[in-house]
Amino acid sequence: MNFFLAALRRDLLLTFRRRNDIINPLAFFLMVGILFPLGVSPEASFLSQLAPGVIWVAALLASLLSVDGIFRSDFDDGSLEHMLVSPQPLLLLVLAKVTNHWLISGFCLALVSPILALMLFLPSEGIKPLIFSLLLGTPTLSLIGAIGAALTVGLRKGGILISLLVLPLYIPVLIFGASSVQAGSIGLPIQGYLALLAAMLALSLVLAPFAIVAALKISVRS
Amino acid sequence: MLEIKNLFCERDERTLFEGLSFILNQSEVLQIEGQNGSGKTTLLRILCGLSDAFEGEVLWHGKNIEEDRENFYQALLYVGHLSGVKGTLTAEENLAWMSQLDPSLNQINIPEALEKVGLYGYEDIPCHTLSAGQQRRVGLARLYLSSAPLWILDEPFTALDKKGVAEKEVLIAQHVQAGGSIILTTHHNLSIPDKEVRCLNLDDALT
Repeated sequence: MNFFLAALRRDLLLTFRRRNDIINPLAFFLMVGILFPLGVSPEASFLSQLAPGVIWVAALLASLLSVDGIFRSDFDDGSLEHMLVSPQPLLLLVLAKVTNHWLISGFCLALVSPILALMLFLPSEGIKPLIFSLLLGTPTLSLIGAIGAALTVGLRKGGILISLLVLPLYIPVLIFGASSVQAGSIGLPIQGYLALLAAMLALSLVLAPFAIVAALKISVRS
Repeated sequence: MLEIKNLFCERDERTLFEGLSFILNQSEVLQIEGQNGSGKTTLLRILCGLSDAFEGEVLWHGKNIEEDRENFYQALLYVGHLSGVKGTLTAEENLAWMSQLDPSLNQINIPEALEKVGLYGYEDIPCHTLSAGQQRRVGLARLYLSSAPLWILDEPFTALDKKGVAEKEVLIAQHVQAGGSIILTTHHNLSIPDKEVRCLNLDDALT
C-alpha cells in the first residue's frame, strides 16, 4: 500500500510538472461542448436529446486520446526497465499509473461535466446521473485503455492501433453510461445502469492489471 | 551465485552466441567484450530478465530467475543504456523514486551520494537542464546507495569524464572487496587493484 501511494505520488508529480497532460483532455472535452451546437443546431430541444450521447462520446475520446501516454515516457527514458527489474509488485505500480490517468482524464472530466451539460441543454435531472455514470464508467475506460497502451508502447506509432484494440471494449461502457443519463433526464430510475457500470468496473479492476503487466513485459522484452 | 547454462540467442537470423555457459562467483568482476553489435547489451538484458528472445537458463543461487523473481531483483542493481532519469524531476526526487522501486538502495544517503557524484548544489534543479554527463551521474549515484550483491552495468562509463571514471573504478573495487560481484560491458581498460578482471569475449564465443 505504501508503495502504491509512493508510485501514485510520483506519477501525479510528473503530471503536474507537465501541465499539458492535465489541460489537453479537459480542453478537448469542453471544445466538443462549444463546437457541437455551432455545427449542428443551437436549438435547445434538439440539443437536449443528443446531450447524453455527445457528452459520453466526448469523455470517451478524451480518455482515449490521453491513454497512449500512460507508459510512453517511462518506456522512452528507461524508467520502465527499472520498474521491471524491481522486486516491488508490478500490479500495484500499474494500478498507480492507471489511477493517475483516471484522475486527470476521468475524475476531472466528471467534475466539469455539468458545464458541458448546461452548454448542451441537458435537463437538470440528468446532471446527477451524468456525474455518477462518468465516475463509475471512466475508470473502466482507463483500465482497458492501459492494456492497449501497454501492448503498443514498444511500437513507434501505436496511436491508431490502440484505438482499434480498445474501442470495441469501450462500447459497453458507452452504451450503459449514455443510457443512464438518458433515463435519468426523463425521470426513469438509473440504479440498474449504474449497477452494470459498477460490475464492469469490478471486472476490469480484477482482470485488467494482470493483462497490463503481461503486456508491458511483452513490450519491453521483445 | 549467478549461473548461465547453455545460452543461445539469435537476432535477425544471425547467431549472437551459442552454447554460452559460465558461472559468476562472489567477489568476481566479469567484463563482457566484443565488437559493436556482438550482443553485449542483449546478453546483459537476458541476465536481468529483460529479454525473452533466448534459449537456455539463467539461475540465481540455483533457481531460475523467472521463478525466483523477487529474491533475484532484490539482489540486483542494473544500470542500462537508458538512465531512467526523469527530466521534469530533480536529481533528489529521481533517486528517491528509484529507492522506492529498489529497497536495497539506501534512501538516507541520497544527499551524500549526490555530493559524491559531483552534483552538490544541483539537487533541486530539474534534470532536463543538466548536461548528458550529469544526467548519467544521477543514475550512477545509485551505485553509492546500493547494498545489492550483484551489479550488472551496461557501459557505465559513457559520457563520464576521466575523474568520474576513476571514481567508479574505486567504487567497483570496493564493491568486489565487500563480497559483491559485477558483470559489466565497457570499451575502457578496467584497472582494479589486487583483482583480476575476468573477460568474456563474445566474438570468440561463436567460433
